[in-house]
Amino acid sequence: MSSELSVNHLLGIKYLKREDIELIFKTADHFKEVINRPIKKVPSLRDITIANLFFENSTRTRLSFELAEKRLSADVINFSAASSSVKKGETLIDTVNNILSMKVDMVVMRHPNPGAGIFLSKHVNASIINAGDGAHEHPTQALLDSYSIREKLGEVKGKKVVIVGDILHSRVALSNIFALQLQGAEVKVCGPKTLLPKYIESLGVEVETNLRKALEWCDVANMLRVQNERMDISYFPSTREYVKQFGLNKKLLESLDKEIVIMHPGPINRGVEITSDVADSENAIILDQVQNGVAIRMAAIYLLASKIKQ
Amino acid sequence: MSRKVLLDSNQLNIILHRLACQLVEKHTDFKDTVLIGIQPRGVFVASRIEKILKEEYGLNDIKSGQLDITFYRDDFRRGEKPLEANKTRIDFIVEDKRVVFIDDVLYTGRSIRAALTAIQSFGRPREIELLSLIDRRFSRHLPIQPDYNGRQVDAINEEKVKVSWKEKDGEDAVYLISK
Repeated sequence: MSSELSVNHLLGIKYLKREDIELIFKTADHFKEVINRPIKKVPSLRDITIANLFFENSTRTRLSFELAEKRLSADVINFSAASSSVKKGETLIDTVNNILSMKVDMVVMRHPNPGAGIFLSKHVNASIINAGDGAHEHPTQALLDSYSIREKLGEVKGKKVVIVGDILHSRVALSNIFALQLQGAEVKVCGPKTLLPKYIESLGVEVETNLRKALEWCDVANMLRVQNERMDISYFPSTREYVKQFGLNKKLLESLDKEIVIMHPGPINRGVEITSDVADSENAIILDQVQNGVAIRMAAIYLLASKIKQ
Repeated sequence: MSRKVLLDSNQLNIILHRLACQLVEKHTDFKDTVLIGIQPRGVFVASRIEKILKEEYGLNDIKSGQLDITFYRDDFRRGEKPLEANKTRIDFIVEDKRVVFIDDVLYTGRSIRAALTAIQSFGRPREIELLSLIDRRFSRHLPIQPDYNGRQVDAINEEKVKVSWKEKDGEDAVYLISK
């Protein structure tokens, strides 16, 4: 196995090879051990500066990236669009080039527009990590999801994973589909027809509109949040109706004749896509996902930083 | 490329026994002592010494671990190839313990410098000693010297000292390899 990533930026799972994912996981194993030490910090990236540019709200991802960067001893600067000159009309490239002229080596960016990271990687001289670009990709989330499945079930290959909910607006869904397929897992999606992209089957993903059938088929169910903030029209009649058809509750979970693993990328709308008792149950690995997120992001940052020449 | 035998299996065995004996002389019952093999190749020396201490001195409760120093090295982004990490396994607290670092070849001293930083993440040891099987003297970049020393070797920078282990490379031997 190569000890180097095949890419200089982490823009999407689409651009990765299977070996890249394996390398990131292997490196994350080491960092997971590091973050469970009494002192959870290594000095590797002490000469690297990373800018976190968040043009869209985030709690988990932003904290997770910042923690990962700090645990690697990188210098970190944070930026959020709400309090910046973006509001004054500055373009993306100008904003980023201004930041880079302060000698920044790597940019972690979340942006509402799909492809923003790819665009940036072509125009600026820094290593770019996509922390979510619109409804396009969220590669580190998909990596940590697969890593959590690997940790729980031994391997990802051959596992059956159903992604439930708002697939249409979800970058997590798309990145997960790419990542899981690359590792040899089977993927189905489940949700109201209105929230499934029209050409989703062209990705080799089966559609199942009955939640019970989907759960009976799967080893892992990844329950996505309904992204009300991205919905400009009404995609289903009411939240109550959505919950009735696509919400996962304890009764449904217990009526299955097997144990399945429940995942959620957060933030949870308790009582909508999953009920509280499911979210807090033994089957759920939601908090493991969060812990693994730091290790996965440390691995991705470390491996990309090692490609930045002095 | 030429290869010269520095130590054969028999000589290596005698040296390992002597090093184990010296450790016992200093640490007696190993009550507060922990052995730390430095990854990747110090762990082989450490496991051999641990085996001798157990089998010949009856010290069955010795605490030992493995420390990987990759993330603490000072040549990150400076080499041709990225550094590859190994497993760290230290399932005890080193706070107030007497730590013995064990490595196969002491060369520039930079690995040990990194190990001195790395071990701090597991607590503040009372003292740290260094045991090295081979000491390439006159090639140090840092003021680091071994407390227990297998064999001193004079080798120039273009030469490489390779320690082979039966369990890893098929034989016990130490070679001097020159280009």
